[in-house]
Amino acid sequence: MNEFDYVRACDPDEALGLAEPAPFGDGADTRFIAGGTNLLDLMKENVLRPHRLVDINGLSPWSGIEPLPGGGLRLGALARNAHTARHPLVRERYPLLAAAILSGASPQVRNMASNGGNLMQRTRCYYFYDSQVPCNKRVPGSGCSAIGQLARQHAILGASEHCIATHPSDMAVALAALEAVVHVRSTHADRAIPLRDFHRLPGDRPQHDTTLDDDELILHIDLPPDGARFAAHSAYLKIRERSSFAFALVSVAAALDLGEGGRIRAARMALGGVAHKPWRRPEVEDLMVGELPARDLFEHVARRLVEGARAQGSGPGDNGFKIPLARRAVVRALESAVRGTSPTVAAEVEDRP
Amino acid sequence: MPQLPALETGVPLRRHSVQLRINGQPHEIEVESWTTLLDLLRDRLDLTGTKKGCDHGQCGACTVLVDGERVLSCLTLAIMRDGADITTVEGLARGDELHPLQRAFLQHDALQCGYCTPGQLCSAVGLINEGDARTEDEVRELMSGNVCRCGAYPQILRAVCEVALARKALERRDEREAA
Repeated sequence: MNEFDYVRACDPDEALGLAEPAPFGDGADTRFIAGGTNLLDLMKENVLRPHRLVDINGLSPWSGIEPLPGGGLRLGALARNAHTARHPLVRERYPLLAAAILSGASPQVRNMASNGGNLMQRTRCYYFYDSQVPCNKRVPGSGCSAIGQLARQHAILGASEHCIATHPSDMAVALAALEAVVHVRSTHADRAIPLRDFHRLPGDRPQHDTTLDDDELILHIDLPPDGARFAAHSAYLKIRERSSFAFALVSVAAALDLGEGGRIRAARMALGGVAHKPWRRPEVEDLMVGELPARDLFEHVARRLVEGARAQGSGPGDNGFKIPLARRAVVRALESAVRGTSPTVAAEVEDRP
Repeated sequence: MPQLPALETGVPLRRHSVQLRINGQPHEIEVESWTTLLDLLRDRLDLTGTKKGCDHGQCGACTVLVDGERVLSCLTLAIMRDGADITTVEGLARGDELHPLQRAFLQHDALQCGYCTPGQLCSAVGLINEGDARTEDEVRELMSGNVCRCGAYPQILRAVCEVALARKALERRDEREAA
């Protein structure tokens, strides 16, 4: 690691003050640190070289999880992923979120990683991590080394000629389906960003993963009361190269609200591992409203959800397999949601050699 | 974690005094900002039981317990853990009496080269503290942050299950009897 200053902040305003004059952005001079699981790794890899770290772990008002009046739930930015997944109200009202978090990383990493940091983590694109090769996300304008190369972990949707990276978070995929809202603070104002708009597609500015401004800090993530209607019928399905501690090739957060006679009252779907942000198409979700759950309906929805998908990479790095994989995963996740169970480790035992 | 002091002007920002309780012993040490907890343990305190495997949070060899929770000491700055209570593999036994997990590892021959073992042991203690594992498959999943390149997984799994699931079964029995 390069040498850097380390300071601590006790409240957000102090943190924002300590981060000036060059927080984030292309100057990348100062970074906030919470769990550090991704940031310190990137610093060891020489991908990030901040001159100052501002430790925000002392922002205790934002380290808990508390119910909101009206039935929602507030997840502190500094609450740890493991504590969030284990929280009784998360398990009761938003089991989809607990399942998504528990499918990510390892127990050690989940004990350390914060909720805010989970959203801010960077892509695991090999070419972004390799500081010796061009990467538009790491060095804007230098080119993309992933295009046409090893792209199994890369996008099939929403990529651009400048970047084909994916966002690695599982948590964000569930939060997108649950329509969570990210609350942030800057030196001049507070702002609420719907999770759907928090991450962005790469376009011609892949250096920006999110719509967060350079001088903003995440305080908490709110789950709306409406998300709890899906508690009985949700599932997080994650397909990966090995059965644990790996990033998704494709993941699906599926949530259904089933009414009288089992008819679908509302549906939410988000895909992970396929784009620069959790992939949602609300107009496709609406196709299910009023219908009875059925394989052909789900297959139709799956086709529509990945419409326009395009393979990347070549040879062993060709990721064209992810297009049918995503379609099948959507159907399987929806069928799991109808049954009301996330595919668990126990369910995978049958497949184990 | 104690209340963090605000930044005072004139305080050096690259060298810091950190107070840690390690295996029951209080320490006050000067560290540089970039000193990881792992490097502090191994290079400064000679607690070399904790291993540096990948140094990137992927292998689990550096797992230690911070306030009873398993974390990766390679991805933690020492200064970030100011005031914490840390247990390394050196702190598991009580004198000559091995921790039940250490006994189980010996009994089940749960190692070959032994490099991953300190991390496996600390991780398993963390797993037991978390109390989420009720079946062998859950133990397997919740130990997935610890890699063993010799491939002693079946034996490691048996050793951890023996201790972790026996405790869980006793707890469940107590709950039933109390109900």
